[in-house]
Amino acid sequence: MGRVILKEKMNKKRSFLRTAAAYPHMVWSVLFIVAPLIFVLYYALTEEDASGNFYFSFANITALAGESYLPVFFRSICFAVVATAICLVLAYPLAYFLSKCKVSSQRMLIMLVMLPMWMNLLIRTYSWMNILETNGLINNLLTTIGLPNAKLLGNGAAVVLGMVYNFLPYMIMPIYTVMSKIDSRYLEAAADLGCNGPQTMLRVILPLSASGIISGITMVFVPSVSTFYISQKMGNGRFEMIGDTIERQFMSNYDYHMGATLSLVLMVLIIICLAVMNRFGDEDGGVLV
Amino acid sequence: MKLLSRLYMVLIFVFLYAPLLIMVLFSFNEANSLSNFTGFSLRWYEELFQSEEVLDVLSNTLILALLSAAIATVVGTAAAVGIEKMRTRWLKTAVNTVSNMPMMNPDIVTGISMALLFAFAMKLFHMESIFGFWTVLIAHVTFNLPYVILSVVPKIRQMDRFLPEAALDLGCTPMQSFFKVELPAILPGVLSGFVMALTLSLDDFVISYFNTDGDFQTLPIYIFGMTKRTVTPDIYSLSTLLFAGVLLLLILSNLMQSHAERKEQRIAAAKRRARSGRRG
Repeated sequence: MGRVILKEKMNKKRSFLRTAAAYPHMVWSVLFIVAPLIFVLYYALTEEDASGNFYFSFANITALAGESYLPVFFRSICFAVVATAICLVLAYPLAYFLSKCKVSSQRMLIMLVMLPMWMNLLIRTYSWMNILETNGLINNLLTTIGLPNAKLLGNGAAVVLGMVYNFLPYMIMPIYTVMSKIDSRYLEAAADLGCNGPQTMLRVILPLSASGIISGITMVFVPSVSTFYISQKMGNGRFEMIGDTIERQFMSNYDYHMGATLSLVLMVLIIICLAVMNRFGDEDGGVLV
Repeated sequence: MKLLSRLYMVLIFVFLYAPLLIMVLFSFNEANSLSNFTGFSLRWYEELFQSEEVLDVLSNTLILALLSAAIATVVGTAAAVGIEKMRTRWLKTAVNTVSNMPMMNPDIVTGISMALLFAFAMKLFHMESIFGFWTVLIAHVTFNLPYVILSVVPKIRQMDRFLPEAALDLGCTPMQSFFKVELPAILPGVLSGFVMALTLSLDDFVISYFNTDGDFQTLPIYIFGMTKRTVTPDIYSLSTLLFAGVLLLLILSNLMQSHAERKEQRIAAAKRRARSGRRG
């Protein structure tokens, strides 16, 4: 009896020791994840007077509804939605074809899909500028075959192209992950029960891959709506997005309070987006890494 | 249909790779141009390695990546061990949710929230500036942590949970049991977490950008500065090198993983043989 109690005591001590292993991480998380997010809220709800003291104010929040910010929000969401939709349209067939490839080549092909993401985003975007600019590759080609130059950079389409190019793999990966797990017997059963190709697609494959679509959408939408480099470069600075505004407030206007307010908006926007998406899909959408 | 699907895949891959190929090609351009390829030369690579600024930035980036990945791996592995053992459900969920936040939040929000913390600390302690190496390091460790935890936790779950208990019963101290029994079992996860953290840290621009001052520059920040001026092909040679580095890391970690898988398979096969041998 005594031995059992002793053993239990030791077990308790051991499991305490083991949970204690997480303490440094917990302290770190509170200091550098939770506290910073609280500071976002704090800065958003305060203003600074001439002597550098903070006082509470809703001025930043009310400024959001003004003319200088509403179009920016609208534009960001529009661009991000369009880019996400195009990504979905491009990625869905690709993911399907990939899942139909030989298993041995699938691993290789998936590596190929992911590889461009390891190139720095700045460079990937810059190299598109090179292709599209006035004396860039495409226009050089047009000149050589005697066609007039086209203005390809600095419009909305270029911004969307930048987003689609940079974030397409984020859409392909989760959809592919889900599709490759679909049991082929379901498809056979559907065929046996009289479904033709499109019907099987619509009634069997599409519902079964919904969770992948959902996580793909969030994984493309979140970076698209918050980007600031792509819109600056591909849009020649003519299409200001939330990210651009935040960057300007921090790096040139030094208005941390307005910058924090905009970040807060971005966060709320994304929480809403995630919540909506979670209602549609279940959790195991497919993890990228 | 088969032909059509092949064609579609080729088209998408061309779309994904064309800009990268152009970048690599023009990094070897002889002329100072990013649109006319005149001939092959290593000129821009040479210029790169003669620039002291670039070498400085390169060493900054590597030191930062190695250090942040190392810290994140140690803290994250310990955290994974602890979190898996937690009995209080809500605490476990809370810890997981909080530590995943940098993964869910857009980079710009993570970057700015930390910048605000540091700005406030600066104000509080009346400091000149704290932005620089240390703030970027803290930021990198923070966004690396969830990825390390995510790659270690599955390995802990896969491990035979009686192993550490057996070690303890045989007289190991908890520390010994961790280092001699558990760590070897979860090592593949720990290593892939480290590599993941390394690549993320090498690649990060947004979070570093908001948490540094003009003096401490990493490669992506330096590249960002370069794209603001008129650009010469050396930016492409720099990114080609960066890409080659990341590629090497990825191949290495893939090899490591498949090596570990093969080893596991061999052990399993040996066990099966031993069992059937006893029976026979």
